Amino acid sequence: MLSRIAESLYWIGRYAERAEGTARILDVHVHGMLQDPWVDQEEACRSLLKVMGVTTDATQVSTLQVVSLLGLEQASPSSVVGALAAARENARGARETISTEMWECLNATWLGLPAARIRIEQQGMHAFFGWVRERCSLLNGLTEATMSRDDGWLFLMLGRSIERADMTARLLSTHADAGGSIQSWLSLLRSCGAWETFLRTYRGALTDRHAAEFLLLDRLFPRSAFAALSAAESCLDELEQATGPRAGVATDAHRIIGRARTDLEFRGVDELLSNLSSVLSTVERACSRANTAITGRYFRATAAVTWAVA
Amino acid sequence: MADLFEDYRLGPGWDEMFAEPAVPRPSYETLYATLQALSSADLGLRSEVLQRAFLDQGITFALKGVERPFPLDIVPRVITAAEWAHVEAGVAQRIQALEMFLADVYGPATVLSDGIVPRRVVVTSAHFHREAAGINPANGVRIHVAGVDLIRDEQGAFRVLEDNVRTPSGVSYVIENRRAISHVLPEVLASTRIRPVDSYPAQLLAALRAAAPAGVSDPTVVVLTPGVHNSAYFEHTLLAREMGVELVEGRDLLCAANEVSMRTTAGEKRVDVIYRRIDDDFLDPVHFRADSMIGVAGLLNAARCGKVTIANAVGNGVADDKLLYTYVPDLIRYYLAQEPILPNVTAYRLEDNPDVLEYALGRMDSLVFKPVDGSGGAGIVIGSRASEEVLEKLRARITVDPRGWIAQEEVALSMVPTLIGNRLRGRHVDLRPFAVNDGVAVKVLPGGLTRVALPEGELVVNSSQGGGSKDTWVLAEATDPSEPSPQHPRGAAIPQPRKPDPGPGTGEVVAQQQQQQQQTVGEAPC
Repeated sequence: MLSRIAESLYWIGRYAERAEGTARILDVHVHGMLQDPWVDQEEACRSLLKVMGVTTDATQVSTLQVVSLLGLEQASPSSVVGALAAARENARGARETISTEMWECLNATWLGLPAARIRIEQQGMHAFFGWVRERCSLLNGLTEATMSRDDGWLFLMLGRSIERADMTARLLSTHADAGGSIQSWLSLLRSCGAWETFLRTYRGALTDRHAAEFLLLDRLFPRSAFAALSAAESCLDELEQATGPRAGVATDAHRIIGRARTDLEFRGVDELLSNLSSVLSTVERACSRANTAITGRYFRATAAVTWAVA
Repeated sequence: MADLFEDYRLGPGWDEMFAEPAVPRPSYETLYATLQALSSADLGLRSEVLQRAFLDQGITFALKGVERPFPLDIVPRVITAAEWAHVEAGVAQRIQALEMFLADVYGPATVLSDGIVPRRVVVTSAHFHREAAGINPANGVRIHVAGVDLIRDEQGAFRVLEDNVRTPSGVSYVIENRRAISHVLPEVLASTRIRPVDSYPAQLLAALRAAAPAGVSDPTVVVLTPGVHNSAYFEHTLLAREMGVELVEGRDLLCAANEVSMRTTAGEKRVDVIYRRIDDDFLDPVHFRADSMIGVAGLLNAARCGKVTIANAVGNGVADDKLLYTYVPDLIRYYLAQEPILPNVTAYRLEDNPDVLEYALGRMDSLVFKPVDGSGGAGIVIGSRASEEVLEKLRARITVDPRGWIAQEEVALSMVPTLIGNRLRGRHVDLRPFAVNDGVAVKVLPGGLTRVALPEGELVVNSSQGGGSKDTWVLAEATDPSEPSPQHPRGAAIPQPRKPDPGPGTGEVVAQQQQQQQQTVGEAPC
């Protein structure tokens, strides 16, 4: 498969997951602001922006501004709208590789973006975030149903898994920053769509320990950091299967992800909890280093070559 | 209810649907009957669905970097089997002659020494590339794909307006138009026998594979695109997708030791045939424009060594130069010893003869002037519509550079009803059939792109000038032996299909159980 196409597929995976993850995080945040009468809005907004890696010069930060920056900012590929547009742009360059249905889904979503603001005004933010989640789920479903499980699929899954690990780490950081109340665990689990599964697993016992264990380490829930890292790891493994070495792993990316995964896996919950922020930032850093390694290994410089100055 | 055709006026030009007011030609009877039963609101609704589908699927062309949907009119154009047979033969004949002409000018050049075409016409053509001399394609084909622009004159006869043998575009719209129209006008399609167009990608792939360098048994074909910002990018993706080959950009390819390969995640992979949609000038920075960032350095030498086939071949532009166009009937007689089946539009060479130049400049207001190396309708001046000022400027330019222009008689293009607002109105159309040459025969896709000029009375139909398109229906002969219907082999026993397995909770016992549950006694009703 062409390196350029592989790169596009990887980024379709990342951007679509980012749009969904960010929409989920924002939904929780907005909901939390409304539900909790004692929360310091200014402080919560600032901490959310910090966790998402967005800087702002504004002296006053309101929830509306946060939604505007992280949800609707068209120029930024980390906002929901920007990520969806970027996913579509990548799909446009790989249109002959992805199925028509996937393309149509991304394109129709992109065509619906200009109406995002109006949708928020008319139906509220929750409806908009719901729409984003739906479109992303539709894309995932179509991908699942129409893509053959070749290298292209692996790159798409790789992008999605890395972004998912990163998003879950950020989601947990919002919790750590907000002081870690039980109430916030609840909305966190809801935002991952994990509430019912969690209740069934732990028979309703919502404690710090259980919630952190579930979102960080659960083997069976696909959005846990551990599960996402494992998924990325197996994609990397399969990509090198034909030429895999006899000892160790073949690529730096695999090494980085594998270490991040074992770092979580072989630590006790108490140990993780006592040092949550630094654990989370290790996961985030591992994702970004893996990204660099993957780019270097698989998407070899395919920039245009200039032969002469015009 | 027949408000769709209210105030429909015939002409100027040949009206393809109506022989006289409200009397459709036989080929249009079914379509007319269907349309007449529809109210303008119905048709408007269907047209909206059509445009929406095109938008969602991203069927667009880019105009100055902005993606736009290519407007598709809901009323198709119908061509009878007999008319099509004529067009098909004429197009094939023309492409054959041009193919021989190209082999000749980039080889022995007997056509020049025999004086059929003056040497200066060829060597002064902007698209005659000396670099292409001596590149001999493996199966002798240089025009793998051609699009010939046809119009119908006032008598309804097809005439050739121009040839496109470099990288003609538009075939993707032929395929997509049919798909879309079959969704919104199913009743007409069902009652009319129309020849299908979706076999084109397979035909093209077969022709490209046939053109592979000698000795390659399983050639790798790629489509080379300038990138997502190209106006025809949609078409490039469609062709690559439907042929099941890679769509590459210049930066994906590299050329070393005269072999071309593409960079893949599993290392470099050799490429044998390149269907390129990049102009000659940008194709190879070693030979052509050195500032090209979308080409592949060394490609031309690789082709000269016979290690890779470039389709269409480099230097084809000399054959669709508009001045050479005036010589094509002579070429057909010279190479094939046949009379041209499709006539040209009457045209004047302005450089040959001062008398002709004077004659043409004397009646500028009844002629159409075209720059010889333009495409996409750029630079065309229609004398009868241009202001005095424009004509004066043109006169000055032509006097300085008569080689740069040809003059054609103005033809009132034929008209087909088109949905404008909520009424049907006659609008001018042309037709671009697409031909694929696999080295054995020139095959013409039954259909082709009908472009329609949407403003009233407008004659320039190019999409870059705000034109739209129509689905083009070529009617099948009652029994067409070339496309046999699939038949089950006789004798083979076909197993009886079984019902899908039922899930639990659908049997009789369960129904009884449910009834009993509902009748459980002992519980006090609320």
